[in-house]
Amino acid sequence: MSQLPYLVPGWILLVGIYGIVTSRNLVHAVVCLSVAQSATYVLLLSVGYQRKATAPVFSDIKPTRNVVDPLVQAMTLTDIVVGATVTALLLALTVQVAKRRGTVDPDELRSLEP
Amino acid sequence: MSPRGRLIVLAFGGTGLAVLFILAALGLPGFGGTSHPYGQRTLPNAVARHTPNVISSINFDQRAFDTLGEELILMASALAAVVILRTVRAEQEDAAGEHSYGPAQVYDALRLTGYLLLPVTLMTGVYIVAHGYLSPGGGFQGGVILGSAIHLIYLSGDYPALARIRPIPVFEAGEALAAGAFVILALGFAGQVTAMNAVVGLEVGCAVVLTLAKFFEQALLVRKQT
Repeated sequence: MSQLPYLVPGWILLVGIYGIVTSRNLVHAVVCLSVAQSATYVLLLSVGYQRKATAPVFSDIKPTRNVVDPLVQAMTLTDIVVGATVTALLLALTVQVAKRRGTVDPDELRSLEP
Repeated sequence: MSPRGRLIVLAFGGTGLAVLFILAALGLPGFGGTSHPYGQRTLPNAVARHTPNVISSINFDQRAFDTLGEELILMASALAAVVILRTVRAEQEDAAGEHSYGPAQVYDALRLTGYLLLPVTLMTGVYIVAHGYLSPGGGFQGGVILGSAIHLIYLSGDYPALARIRPIPVFEAGEALAAGAFVILALGFAGQVTAMNAVVGLEVGCAVVLTLAKFFEQALLVRKQT
């Protein structure tokens, strides 16, 4: 069953979503979103994996050597950058919510106006 | 919705997602196989353009236009964090020297380690940026190292010193200039991997410094107006 490793990112995604749904703290929810997003890194890298291949950097190996798929690695880099910016933005919003409403529990944030 | 009801909805959605994901995974080519059509098309191009680090070649040469979008997402999000965390009318900002976040509160060994590690970390960041076309690394990774390096000053207990060595307007201008330079490079001169790495490193470093500076201000300096 050679597709079994692909199920790992699915499991990470579900764990992250479970964390967001049961979260009692907005900072915890933001971290859970990062966990859910890290599933995409694992999925991309496992799609590009090739047995007995090395990193796609040719500064010290011959260009004929087998390497893993560099395209998905470049996309993972993009993914990480976007994920970090989303986390920063959500944490900034959390700071403002804590300041205005005095709580970071999503259950206590019912209406838009106090 | 009650926590219990929420869990039931999650159970339905999660089961559906799991089933669809497993079906999709079964349709993928086998793990670790040799079929990578896109990757195999990028390799000859990278070798022909003399960029040994294929990932840098993809990001700054073959897919430079996509990286432009990624770069602008980064800038927009740093900008948004600065706007969201501004000092509003009902608040006031204290000067950095008004509190006792001074060097006296930490051990000498910690302070010395911070000061000794600062040049080493900056050097590592510059190396990662400059060597990005040749070895693992590049502007994004090196920029984060550069941007977080100067916060070693804060970790060694001296917030006023950190506030002195990172004047916010300089970093705002640096971020804007680097983003503009990257737009020009990506649209007109894609393939200048070293120059694009340097510009991206500058931009990412400035974005990290700006965002962290705003978070520091919120935690340390901004108070409700009395």
